[in-house]
Amino acid sequence: MTDPTSPGPADKQPAGPGPSKSGTATAVPPEAIRAIPVRHPLRWVSAAVVLALLGLLVYAFANADIEWGDVPEYLFADRVIEAAGKTLLVTVLAMLLGVVLGIVLAIMRLSDNPVTSAFANLYIWFFRGTPVLLQLLLWYNLGLVFQTLNLGPFYKNEMTDVMTPFMAALLGLGLNEAAYMAEIVRAGIQSVDEGQTEASHALGMSQGKTMRRIVLPQAMRVIVPPTGNEFINMLKTSSLAMVIQYTELTFVATEISTTRLNPMEMYIVVAIWYLAMTSVFSVIQYYIERHYAKGSVRQLPPTPWQKIRRSVFSGPRLMGTR
Amino acid sequence: MTAMVKAEGVHKSFGPAHVLKGVDLEVAPREVFCVVGPSGSGKSTFLRCINHLEKINAGRLYVDGHLVGYRQHGNKLHELKDKEVAAQRRDIGMVFQRFNLFPHMTALENVMEAPVQVKRESKATARERAMRLLDRVGLADKAGGYPTQLSGGQQQRVAIARALAMEPKLMLFDEPTSALDPELVGEVLDVMRDLAESGMTMLVVTHEMGFAREVGDALVFMDDGAVVESGHPRDVLTNPQHQRTKTFLSKVL
Ligand SMILES: Nc1ncnc2c1ncn2[C@@H]1O[C@H](COP(=O)(O)OP(=O)(O)OP(=O)(O)O)[C@@H](O)[C@H]1O
Ligand SMILES: [Mg+2]
Repeated sequence: MTDPTSPGPADKQPAGPGPSKSGTATAVPPEAIRAIPVRHPLRWVSAAVVLALLGLLVYAFANADIEWGDVPEYLFADRVIEAAGKTLLVTVLAMLLGVVLGIVLAIMRLSDNPVTSAFANLYIWFFRGTPVLLQLLLWYNLGLVFQTLNLGPFYKNEMTDVMTPFMAALLGLGLNEAAYMAEIVRAGIQSVDEGQTEASHALGMSQGKTMRRIVLPQAMRVIVPPTGNEFINMLKTSSLAMVIQYTELTFVATEISTTRLNPMEMYIVVAIWYLAMTSVFSVIQYYIERHYAKGSVRQLPPTPWQKIRRSVFSGPRLMGTR
Repeated sequence: MTAMVKAEGVHKSFGPAHVLKGVDLEVAPREVFCVVGPSGSGKSTFLRCINHLEKINAGRLYVDGHLVGYRQHGNKLHELKDKEVAAQRRDIGMVFQRFNLFPHMTALENVMEAPVQVKRESKATARERAMRLLDRVGLADKAGGYPTQLSGGQQQRVAIARALAMEPKLMLFDEPTSALDPELVGEVLDVMRDLAESGMTMLVVTHEMGFAREVGDALVFMDDGAVVESGHPRDVLTNPQHQRTKTFLSKVL
């Protein structure tokens, strides 16, 4: 009755070679699967449509009335490079101001003191509730309401001398950013397990040390990705500073184009600059995120360079295994 | 001899919830003092009051003769400043159910952190002691590992080393093995047994009755925010006097 070839309980074991770990010398390596991959005809259709549309776009621009020669000519013109530097400068400094003030505001907001947390809420309410363009104009025109800036014995000057386009841009962009950063930092701080604070306090660490050494470093994992986005946004938002005569990229491009009458060419030049800067910062952001992932994942994700090396040296992959 | 821990009528409420309803107990120096009781009876809360992670609402708590969290002038109590509370906590080590290691630091950095930051020890001194402590808990080879790379039992042993690095005179354990897989419980209990033999004063909340009977010098059974029964672990565990103790023990033994 029991046919020796019929599947019995013994057949539940993998037939033939046992688990390779057991090291039985007769084991034959399992044959690699060579299956025919599933066809995806729709992928081909959509790819063709996208390529056709792209071709049309290129054709349109190639035949448009654009002096293409202007683009390389102005891409590295002194004025343009200087303007790119100013864009970068105000972005970095405003972001720095925003991050530092944002951390302070977040801690104020989470504090038990009702006055400090109310102040932080008021600040965030105002700066998030008004357009940043308006805030830039407010700072730039501050001289209309405060003729002099008087810091007692330390400093005294005409407001119009203090509130240069650069200062107004820095304050306008940085203080606005602080409101957004405060929310990002608060979310980060609140993402850290309360057990961490308790363990730190139990070891005799003070409130401040606990925040600096234990909570903030862990909050960074949550804080860094949106901060990178904020930075890239700031690179672009800084172009608004053109309305207060800050000579950054968009301002200079507009200015040059009014004499050369080549606005499209100049805007293409600055678009290339913005793209280059945002691309570089995306890469930097990746490395910073990787740094703060330390300890939260067992194995750090590979750097792009490691990925390239791995895929080059690990040999060709089988088709259809992806 | 002053008691290491002395609780007199300790009360604690969270809003309307009256969690501790007059806890009295005394832990002598070098004693291993076990606390058992059903879930929600206030064991963790009591432990957290001892190092002032929670403020008590009434009664008195002393550690090594010093009032916890307050200063007494005449019959008025003054709250201690944050700095002074932190200073009191340095002498009290605490080990948590869920380890609470700092995940962004290696095992070695976890153990070095408080001596360097709080006692302002040099890194070299702190590192040397940290290595010695990791060796003592059997983890010298894991010094460079991050907590996520360690098993639960290893994490808890690092946590014990971290608490010991401050050279406390009292160690509080809040169910140090109940988050562990059964096969990992033993390695943590071994470290605690070793610590008990070295003469450390230990206050241990635990469900490990075997450990309590074998290592404990005293044991209290807590229920509903108060001590129901106390005595030598052997006596209380084998010959409980109160009905509530009997019911509890019949469930866990
Ligand atoms: N921060 C808090 N806010 C409100 N209620 C709390 C708080 N902490 C503890 N409690 C309540 O106090 C009671 C006692 O809690 P506690 O954690 O001390 O019990 P336990 O004896 O340690 O229990 P377990 O064995 O489950 O750990 C519980 O009812 C709990 O809900
Ligand atoms: Mg508990």
